[in-house]
Parts: sequence; structure tokens; C-alpha cells
Amino acid sequence: MPTNLASGAEYDTVGHRRWVWPAFAIPGVLWLSLLFLVPFYAIFAVAMGRIDPILLRPVPEWNPFYWDPSVFARVLGDLFGGQVGVVAMRTIGYVFVASALCLLIGYPVAYFVSRKAGKWRWVWLLLILAPFWINYLMRMMSWVNLLSPDGQVNQVLATLGVTALPEWLSGQHFVVILGLVYGYIPFFILPLFAALDRIDDATLEAARDLGASNLETFWRVTWPLSRNGVLGGLVIIMLPMFGDYYTPNLLSGSPRTRMIGNTIDQFINQTTSQGSVGAALTIILMIFVAGLMVYYLYNINRSTQEARR
Amino acid sequence: MRNPWGRPRGLALVTALYVLWSIIPVAIAVQFSFNDGRSRSSWQGFSTQWYVGDPAAASSVLYDPSLRSALTQSIVLAVLTMLVATPLGVALAIGLARWRGRGARPSNFLMLFPLVTPEIVMGVALFLVFDNLYDFVPFGTWAQFLGHVTFSISFVVVIVRGRLFAIGRDYEEAAMDLGASPWEAMRRVLLPLLAPALLASFAIVFALSIDDFVISQFLVGPASSVTIPVRLYSGARLAPPPSLNALATVLMVITIGAISVAGLAYKYLGRRFGGAEDSALESVGRFEI
Repeated sequence: MPTNLASGAEYDTVGHRRWVWPAFAIPGVLWLSLLFLVPFYAIFAVAMGRIDPILLRPVPEWNPFYWDPSVFARVLGDLFGGQVGVVAMRTIGYVFVASALCLLIGYPVAYFVSRKAGKWRWVWLLLILAPFWINYLMRMMSWVNLLSPDGQVNQVLATLGVTALPEWLSGQHFVVILGLVYGYIPFFILPLFAALDRIDDATLEAARDLGASNLETFWRVTWPLSRNGVLGGLVIIMLPMFGDYYTPNLLSGSPRTRMIGNTIDQFINQTTSQGSVGAALTIILMIFVAGLMVYYLYNINRSTQEARR
Repeated sequence: MRNPWGRPRGLALVTALYVLWSIIPVAIAVQFSFNDGRSRSSWQGFSTQWYVGDPAAASSVLYDPSLRSALTQSIVLAVLTMLVATPLGVALAIGLARWRGRGARPSNFLMLFPLVTPEIVMGVALFLVFDNLYDFVPFGTWAQFLGHVTFSISFVVVIVRGRLFAIGRDYEEAAMDLGASPWEAMRRVLLPLLAPALLASFAIVFALSIDDFVISQFLVGPASSVTIPVRLYSGARLAPPPSLNALATVLMVITIGAISVAGLAYKYLGRRFGGAEDSALESVGRFEI
């Protein structure tokens, strides 16, 4: 055994030289710097850059001292009182209604499977996990099938004698919200399930022994103990919902149901010269969700710190 | 008084209805991938023509050029991503778990950030950087590969780190007391102990990559770089034949396979240390699409 092991500050407890651990981290850190940090900065560089007058395409400005806020200011102006504002308000409305529905449907489901499902618990768990194995686009496509003019929904309604059949897949707010709920609710249920699963039965028994009724036990013990799971679940689904563009595009495709993600998708993917507007809209989207991101970041960081102990 | 620990029928009913609602639409889509006819809403008998059917008779996953190329592209991309993101993530996890220097905190922060960034933001960022700065990287397979690895690394770190903390340092120290060098202790003690997390990471990165839509779409290049989810997105509203359902079903089977591998790795290889399952479950909960 080498004699200099664990002697002096040059080695750590497992006998590696001090520089070994940063060396392990360097490839990953370098990758994330070049392909996450730099691209992230590129959003700002493009949004605050200028437009090439001849090629009519955005030229990024990498030096913040030369940033030109005119495009960003124009988009910001459009947010307060313009078309972007309407789309942003609609996005917020959709996300809040869809999240509320996820909570309303998802809580009883998570509660039942985690605490009341008895010996068939693992089957129920498998069933509520099933949507995780299925691609989001496939799940949306399934609804496009069902709701198409000659689809199963209309067939059923026709046999029931309903004659005035609406056009489901064009500009219906509730269809888009249904799609959002259908798409994201599994991601809400799972963290809530984990939180409810951690509650010790003894706590609930104690509440009963002290004379609480079923409802009181739920309201004063279970619900407060599951609140972090609810918050975590809501943040996990609200983040991608705010940036969603595929759900409204597949289930409606009409300007009436446009979300902020659709506008970004349009300016980045479908036109070549509007990159700076798309970038500015992306910054606005990030300002919208900054609070959610910080909360989520704080949560993951805390859970890893706890695991370390 | 009613037994408070009895099974509440109302909750069971709500849960059953939820499960039916969440599964039936997809089950119908799978059913019609086997339809013996072009309709996706009226059943005409069982057939596998949309999977392996002759090109002269119908478009099928096996013979339709665009469907087949989407399947190949998705698999190639997922395998490449898995092979690169897993080693990078494992090294980063080991490094971050043990590094106590000045750069450790910012690096940890940098690793967590992709997990909380909405995918559309990452998609826009990568699109803009490949369009303006790294323009030597062509859109298509290369850009998609770089993007997929970028969002996968953090998932690997979260999975591996959970297990690293559960293992602790005692085993390595014991190995060295018995005469192993630090490198031998790592290679012959730590890495085998990490095996379940490694296997789970491979499988989960594969599943993340093959299921990804947003990054693949933002970085798509020539038609040959269209992946299965991108193909589903562009075809779903154009009254497609059931071969699109067949393509989606193939993707579903592949994903179920990958996730089962991850689950089994934890169940059979990981029994000796608790705690790691939680982090795996939580990282699965962070699946984005």
C-alpha cells in the first residue's frame, strides 16, 4: 500500500489526488457549457441583435454592450395591448384551467392508488404508469382519430341520435384543454403518488385516536402532508404546458386556440427571417415561467442534498 | 361507524374511470393499426398489412420509405445518444458527488438547469446556436444527436448519483485497505456496484431520446432526419392510413422494452442498496416528451 495515502491535503479519503474528481466532471461540464449555456446565451444575442438589411435575416450580437433592444421592445409592446398579449392571456388561461383539472382528477387517483388500493396496488400503479411508456404524440394522435369527422366519438353520438355534430378539431377551446389534461396528468399523478405514499399510517391513526373524523383527518393531516407533492406535480406539468405548441396544433390548428408556443414555433421553424422575434418571445416565455423554474430547481437541489446525508 | 380503513368505493370508481379514459384512446389506435382496410374508425377485420404489407398493396412500416426511414432514424439517434450521454453523465455524477472545490457548486447548478428548462426554450436555443454560431454542424442527424445528448446527461447524473450516495465510500476504502490502488478500487469495486444504475441509465436515455419530439423537430434537417414522433406530428391531421398507427405502435413496443430493462436492472441487480429506486422513480417522473 502506498505510504503517502491519505496524508496531506493532496489526497482525499479514497486516496485519489485532489484533481481527479474535477477531471471526472470536466467532459460533462464542458459539453453542457458549449451546448447548453452558449445556446442559452444565443437566445439573448439573437433577440438583441440586428437584422441584416440585404439578406433580411437576424444577425446575433454577442457583445452585450452593443445590444439593440428595439425588436424586444416591439414584442414587449405587442404583449401589452397587442396580438401577443391576447395569445399570452389565452396561454395562461389554458394552463390554469388544465392544471386545475389535473389536480381535481389526479388527486383522488393518486390518493386511491397510494393508500387505498389494497393488494391490487401494483396493478393499479402499473395502469397509472402506462401513459409514461406511450409517446405523447401517439396519445394526441389517438384523440385526433377519435374526434375526426368520421371518428368513433361522432359514430357514438350519431347512434344516440345527436345530429348537430360540432367540428371538434377546429378552434374548440375545451378540446385543447382536454388534450393538455390528457397529455400531462400522468406527470402530475406520479410525484403526488410518491408524496402520499410517504405518509406514515401511524400519523393518520394518531389523528383518529385523538377524535378526528375521516374528513378532518384528511383535511388537517393528509392534505397538508401532501401539499409539497401537489406543488411539485403542478410545477412539473405547468413548465412544459406553457411552452406547448404541438397539442393545440394537432387538436385544433386554428388561430383561435393559438398559444405562445405556437407563435414561437411559427417564428423559428416556419419562417427564416423572424428569428429575432422568436427569440424575444422565448425570453418573454422564460420570464413567465421563471418562478416555476426556480421553485423546481430549489426542490431538486434540496432532494439531492438530503440524499447525500 | 364505518370502518375508516375500508376501501372507499367512490375513489375506486374515479380511479377506474381515469384509467379507462387514459388507456382506451391509445388501445383503439393500436387496434386500428391491425385493421384490414384503410379506415381508422370502422373495423374491417384483422391484418398485419400496415406493418409488413406488400408495397404494391398498401403503405406499410416495413416498405413505405418515409415510415421506414423515420423508424431507422429514431433508433440510430437513440443508440448514438445512449452511447455518448451515459458515460458522460456517469463521469459527471462521480465527479460532482466527490468534488469539493470551488467549481463544484456552479457545475452542479449547470447540470440541474437543463432539467428545469422547458423543452421549447432548449429547442429554440439549440436551433439559434446551430444556425448562427456552430454553423459547421448541419441540421439533421448531427444537430439532433448533440441536442439529445445535452438533455440526457442530467437524467443520467440524477440516476447515478442516487446510487452513489446509497453505496457510500466504505467499500472502496475497504478495497484499498486490502491493497487495491485507488484506480483498482474504482474499477473493480465502485463500477460493478454502479452496474444497475448504468444499465438503467442506458435504457432511460434510449427511451428519452426515442420519445423526444421538441428537440428533434427544432433541429430537423433533410427528410431523412425525420424521427417517428416528428412523423406522427406531421402526419396526424392529414387523414393518414393505419400505417401511421402501426409506426406509433412499434415505437410504443420499443419504449416499453427499454423501460422494462431499466426496471429489471433495478429490481434484480440493485436489491442490495435501498434509496436508489426513489431517485430512479423521480427521474422517470421528469420525463418530458
